[in-house]
Amino acid sequence: MEPMPRTLKTLNWLTAALFVAALYMVFLYAPREAVMGDVQRVFYFHVSAGWVGAVAFLVTAISGAVFLARRNPKWDRLAVASVEIGMVFAFINIVSGAIWARPVWNTWWTWDPRLVTATIMELIYLAYLMLRQGIEDPDRRARFGSVYGIVAFISVPITFLSIRFFRTIHPVVIGSGDPTAEGTFDMTPRMLQAFLFSLLTFSLIYMTLLWHRVRLARMTEHVEERRMQLTSA
Amino acid sequence: MIEVRKLVKTFGRKPVLRGLDFSVPEGEFVAVVGPNGAGKTTLLRILASLARPTLGEVRLAGRRLPAEAGAVRRILGVVSHQPLLYGDLTAEENLRFYGRLYAVSELEARVQQALETVGLRPHRRDLVRTFSRGMQQRLSIGRAILHEPLVMLLDEPHTGLDPEAAVMLDRLLGQVAGEGRTVVMTSHDLQRAASLANRVDVLAGGVMAASVRKGELDPEELPALYRSVTGA
Amino acid sequence: MPEPGNRIEVRAAPTGPRVPTAPATVARGDRLVAGYLRAIAAIVRKDLAAELRSRELLGAMLVFSLLLILIFNFALELDARTRQTVTAGVLWSTFAFAGTLGLNRSMALEVDRGCLDGLLLAPVDRSALFFGKALGNLIFMLLVAATILPAYSALYNVNLFLPGLMGVVLLGSIGYVVVGTLLSSMAVQARTRDILLPLLLFPVVLPVVIAAVRATSGLLQAVPPEEIRGWINLLIAYDVIFTAVAFMTFDYIVEE
Repeated sequence: MEPMPRTLKTLNWLTAALFVAALYMVFLYAPREAVMGDVQRVFYFHVSAGWVGAVAFLVTAISGAVFLARRNPKWDRLAVASVEIGMVFAFINIVSGAIWARPVWNTWWTWDPRLVTATIMELIYLAYLMLRQGIEDPDRRARFGSVYGIVAFISVPITFLSIRFFRTIHPVVIGSGDPTAEGTFDMTPRMLQAFLFSLLTFSLIYMTLLWHRVRLARMTEHVEERRMQLTSA
Repeated sequence: MIEVRKLVKTFGRKPVLRGLDFSVPEGEFVAVVGPNGAGKTTLLRILASLARPTLGEVRLAGRRLPAEAGAVRRILGVVSHQPLLYGDLTAEENLRFYGRLYAVSELEARVQQALETVGLRPHRRDLVRTFSRGMQQRLSIGRAILHEPLVMLLDEPHTGLDPEAAVMLDRLLGQVAGEGRTVVMTSHDLQRAASLANRVDVLAGGVMAASVRKGELDPEELPALYRSVTGA
Repeated sequence: MPEPGNRIEVRAAPTGPRVPTAPATVARGDRLVAGYLRAIAAIVRKDLAAELRSRELLGAMLVFSLLLILIFNFALELDARTRQTVTAGVLWSTFAFAGTLGLNRSMALEVDRGCLDGLLLAPVDRSALFFGKALGNLIFMLLVAATILPAYSALYNVNLFLPGLMGVVLLGSIGYVVVGTLLSSMAVQARTRDILLPLLLFPVVLPVVIAAVRATSGLLQAVPPEEIRGWINLLIAYDVIFTAVAFMTFDYIVEE
């Protein structure tokens, strides 16, 4: 049983502290937005979560590519960990988007290109996990996961562009009279600070969770190895 | 012709071959026997360039695997226990397809000759779907010799054959091997392996546990040797 | 016309024991390319020949497509007015769904009887195997389109025989088939093979569907060409990018 490295323990505390600080920044430090009111505060978490979801996907794709080149299983473990965590953040992104949209535009969903792309990314994550689940051989599972991670990641920007192109021709926002409703508003300096701080905090939460998850995967493998050694001896 | 040194193959964390040494001189017919799960199929797949070694060195006709797999495939003929044939095509069409893949020249002549060799010319226009297992195995051999390979690899070719078909297969194997080819055949059947091959190697515990040349040992003593080596 | 003495021949084997010599095929550059193309052609030919015999694949795709159009007919109330705006969507939805049947079946044929090993044993580059299967899948998809378009035209009195439309169908099919062949080669080896392919494919192939539908719709409604050009460019970009990606990653899927 590996003891938790000191760096990780420190990271745990640091991340927790930052999160508390972020809550303060978002709910108390940042001013109340003029038009939308307090619900606008969701924005800080919404965008941060979306950002982390996208980065997590990038990590998965790159990790997969490195695995195919080096064939060291640790890269595959990293890829899976990143997908699992990214999925959660992408989900937070979607749900917070809905929470924000409802009072402001009287709709649960806006066909905003970024939101749609984020949802598609979430579905790709799920498909990735289902692909891996359906394959028995661990080497094949890792290879297929890597390939799909790369292929799917490349498709996401193209999807985003095509939806955006679609939108410029056919603006569709149900329930809102404003065809460019993408949730833009002017940010005062304090809002900007709160935003950047949330971004930083969420990024750190991602890294902490990633580290924990990779550790977990490694320990699980060790257990499996021991079990096989004991049953075959 | 075939040189294998310290071959290691692991699936995930499970080691199947553990530093296996194996060598086949040109023109020899070697049978590899061993218990289920010993790694016979794995060894054959690695020799056939269908799987990669985890560690160790594998050479066929002086070419290294997996690095020079492309050149090696040209001189290999592989018969698996799956026939590798398309049921919806006729015997002829199947051979023509593989002939094209292997860029065999004078294709039609070669196809008809291969059919003749394996005794399936009368059925050349029949769909492979209608063939018995024995006929499919014979056609599979025809497929494997189409491009005149120097090395033949056979993975338990007698599986699922009735005694009559098995005898026909033996005759065919004798003929094919007699043309100077190097043959490696894995098998479950110790007696059959001993009668067909120049040499019988026993794969157990992830390595070659024993090797017996024809004539070295009395055929009746083989099962005892096998049992002692595999711990059966 | 090469002189008789200069041709390199691999003679047919004489009967009886002989010492085998190495095959006299010296691979020069041009012969490598010819071998590559010949392998692709051989695979396409094989798939077409097998399909001609059994007609399972095409039959299933065609029937499924017609059923889908039927369902859409009642689900979307395709009256004369809405037809204008909705035809493109109906057509491409149909292609997208029916396409998965063809993709799965085409790969299953190779994997199920171990024939994939037969292909992998051939002394050709792996990408030739990919392009062979993809080209075969493309031909099947175009055959289905060639049947569905006239059928739809007749059923709904819409003229679908515009040259631009044929181009869009081709470009869209290429993108779909390239990604579809790559992903089906993975999906078919999983336990959950049938449901897995659509899940893997549809999110990735969405830009193709969007662009194809918008381009088709634009053509049908005689929209100014500048708009359509953007979508065509997107299709071409997608096709090029993913053909390259497939070329680079297919090896990793089939090599053990």
